[in-house]
Amino acid sequence: MNELLDPLLLSRWQFGLTTIYHFLFVPLTIGMALTVAIFQTAWVRTGKAHYLQLTHFFGKIFLINFAMGVVTGIVQEFQFGMNWSDYSRFVGDVFGAPLAFEGLLAFFLEATFIGLWIFGWDKLPEKLHLATIWVVSIASILSAYFIIAANAFMQNPVAFRINEEKGRAELTSIWELLTNPVALAAFPHTIFACFMVSAGLIITVAAWHLSRNQHLETMRPALKFGLWSMVISGALTTLAGDQLSLAMVATQPMKMAAAEALYVTSTGADASFSIFTLGTPDGVHELFSIRIPYLLSFLSTHTFDGTVEGINNLQEQYQTLYGPGDYVPIVWVTYWSFRWMIGMGIMHIFVAMVGLWLTRKGRMPSNKWVWKAAVWSFPLSLGAMIVGWVFTEMGRQPWLVFGLLETADGVSPGVTGLEVLLSLTAFTVVYGSLAVVEFRLIKKAAQHGPADTPEADPETGKPLVTTTVY
Amino acid sequence: MDLGVLWFFIIAFFFVGYFVLDGFDFGVGMSLPFVSKDDTDRRVVINTIGPVWDLNETWLIVAGASLFAAFPEWYATLFSGFYLPLLIILIALILRGVSFEYRHQRPELAWKRRFDNMIVWGSAIPALLWGVAFANIVQGVPLDAGHNYTGTVFDLLNPYALLGGVTTLLLFFTHGALFLTLKTDGDIRDRSRALATRAGILTIVVAASFLTWTVLAYGTLPAFFLAAGAAVTLIASVLANARKREGLAFGLMALTIGLAVMTLFAALFPEVMPASNDPANSLTIANASSSPYTLQVMSWTALFALPLILAYQGWTYWVFRKRVTRTHIDGGADAGAQPVPDAAH
Ligand code: HDD
Ligand code: HEM
Ligand code: HEM
Repeated sequence: MNELLDPLLLSRWQFGLTTIYHFLFVPLTIGMALTVAIFQTAWVRTGKAHYLQLTHFFGKIFLINFAMGVVTGIVQEFQFGMNWSDYSRFVGDVFGAPLAFEGLLAFFLEATFIGLWIFGWDKLPEKLHLATIWVVSIASILSAYFIIAANAFMQNPVAFRINEEKGRAELTSIWELLTNPVALAAFPHTIFACFMVSAGLIITVAAWHLSRNQHLETMRPALKFGLWSMVISGALTTLAGDQLSLAMVATQPMKMAAAEALYVTSTGADASFSIFTLGTPDGVHELFSIRIPYLLSFLSTHTFDGTVEGINNLQEQYQTLYGPGDYVPIVWVTYWSFRWMIGMGIMHIFVAMVGLWLTRKGRMPSNKWVWKAAVWSFPLSLGAMIVGWVFTEMGRQPWLVFGLLETADGVSPGVTGLEVLLSLTAFTVVYGSLAVVEFRLIKKAAQHGPADTPEADPETGKPLVTTTVY
Repeated sequence: MDLGVLWFFIIAFFFVGYFVLDGFDFGVGMSLPFVSKDDTDRRVVINTIGPVWDLNETWLIVAGASLFAAFPEWYATLFSGFYLPLLIILIALILRGVSFEYRHQRPELAWKRRFDNMIVWGSAIPALLWGVAFANIVQGVPLDAGHNYTGTVFDLLNPYALLGGVTTLLLFFTHGALFLTLKTDGDIRDRSRALATRAGILTIVVAASFLTWTVLAYGTLPAFFLAAGAAVTLIASVLANARKREGLAFGLMALTIGLAVMTLFAALFPEVMPASNDPANSLTIANASSSPYTLQVMSWTALFALPLILAYQGWTYWVFRKRVTRTHIDGGADAGAQPVPDAAH
């Protein structure tokens, strides 16, 4: 019973679950805002009706998703104080600033201009209305920057000094905080990954309709757009991920060692990257493994004869540095999440490239397996995103703020296990039921397809704008 | 001026903004069953706040994040101490927020009614609990030397706090009814006006008792003047509404809520979270605030951002200044999510 009511364990579950849940919606918000802005720009510039149809169609999916991102985000904002009050006391002076910036400089813009976009179709001049969705897109990307800068402080604390008397970290330079090398590397990686997710959604939806031979005039250009954005953002995600690996090895070598389940420090060909390994669950004994020599060395150091530190050596180092304790994250989680992130991502770039080849010069493949594979684009790219974060966050353990504060020391001392159990249950039930509703609504909207071509304005010949109200 | 004090005022300003703005959309949500007769009415009501509820709610996020950045100790103590009430507020805000987006996704009336109920309760519960929370802050709660809350959730449900909760509930309810009077026409407007008058009278009684209690028990001179101001504007607002001056009535009500929130902050100053058991454990502006450097950074950012924020939010309200009418909604009860041509075009 006491095990069950451990506030630390329950708080960790709650934070993990609610953050992952929030992040199911965020990538689509970021990716779709830009996509819709691009479609609407194309419509304003060319006046071609199918662009307006695509704007409305993907705009609707975007909005169903957006509401969830907003309401689950508020939970995130509150949770630091509710469940991690000692953490908040310790880092608030540093960590609070980027969160406040996010609200002042990004969320306000986003929340205001989304209202103008939804309800402003017939109230604002065409160009101004177009500008509103661009503001939403830019603000959503900006908000991601600030939140990642905050998270980067937890991965790689910079720009602070410890105030012994107050027992907290204090900010010494806001500029240094916002240009944390980990943030600079994680931001492009995450943003491009967000575009992969929205590209995945477009491919999934377009492939579903095209394989049924319907909505051809809108879904063909949509598929093309989705495939190209998948390939481009996929390539950029990979490049940025490579940079992020370097930043990670420099700041948290233990995470890379755990990503590869590398127990012994290795050099050159021995620092191999395993694509697949069967072994004992703790990863200590290997039964079967497919390995690429040198790759881990290359990923970690950009040289083929680099040295990659192993878990055992790092554990020893950390014990001398930070005192006795276990500094190894859960290796099977880091090992597999790292592989799944890369695997699912690369697979999708590949599927998209095949798709571009098969649809070149207006061709439409008839093989139904091609379409079946394409329909998986969205869930798999979202999956890559999620496991990437699981890797990042769980690979940081046992630290909450690397080298400064352990997770166990951040939890709220005054909150009881029963309270956290209650909240965890409440979130699970509410989030679970909303997930079902949300999934059905998005599916229904997506399967319904774009509305028919709107009537044309007799004067300009352009399609008449219609507006959606609640 | 000491930057900690400045940030105390800025935090107060954010909460004033939050309660004035989200206050009326809580009120609109609560009024839903009282002023609408059919689904078209309900859509009119919801559309009055459609473009702005999200930006109003964002004031809470900004208030919370600024609290975190400027007063980490206050944020940590308050949010962990009021764990369960905040949990209930969060759940209510979640259900309310998604309901706006979901209710029109399907044409069936049963589907819509389910989300309408969530809008009503999702508005009423936070409206009540915010008052309970703020009254408790003013009154003081038991804190240990590490500033952790040592009471239970039941300690938060004391008479003064409950009266505070009913006060915010009624203030927001009336505020929302006034907003509807201002933003609709025809029958809905008439019903809203009548509702605002009835609720307004009750609000005067309850709010006057709460403010008197606050001033007598915890008040300072500024708190007294602010509370007196709130009482005057509240009465003036109800009178203006009775004379069909809804614009004036709504403005006065906004002022009332602003003054009432300021009364609470004035009663707190210079503490931010008094300890009811031992004054030595109290959180004050001095011992809860961030370092001078962080406050400086935050001040510059706020100085840059706030004028912009006020400008574009003001502009948004101006863009949506027109009344929402039944003809806007296309008459049909199940027009649902179909895009409808805007009749006002
Ligand atoms: C569609 C999603 C996606 C794809 C295809 C990839 N990643 Fe990724 N990755 C993420 C989505 C993601 C993420 C979810 O966005 C993370 C979590 C934290 C972050 O900044 O990005 C992440 C984290 C993350 C980290 C951890 C950083 C840290 O903890 O400090 C590394 C080292 C990489 N990635 C490296 C790669 C490499 C080398 C990839 C390809 C070859 C790759 N990722 C593909
Ligand atoms: C600014 C961004 C973020 C911050 C500040 C943050 C902070 C935290 C904190 C405080 C914990 C609790 C400590 C713990 O359980 O280890 C945690 C855990 C976790 N976070 Fe994050 N997080 C951020 C972003 C994300 C994102 C975007 C995701 C995924 C979608 C994520 C996934 C997780 C998971 C899965 C855990 C559980 C890890 C565990 O319990 O071992 N985080 N994070
Ligand atoms: C990489 C991680 C994250 C990114 C990129 C991100 C980005 C976003 C985006 C794009 C939205 C929806 C836009 C909006 O409503 O304005 C959103 C909502 C929100 N997120 Fe996250 N988020 C992340 C993780 C977190 C975490 C860990 C927190 C906690 C501090 C958080 C706090 C919020 C809040 C408070 C909202 C609601 C904002 C609103 O009402 O406008 N997010 N986030």
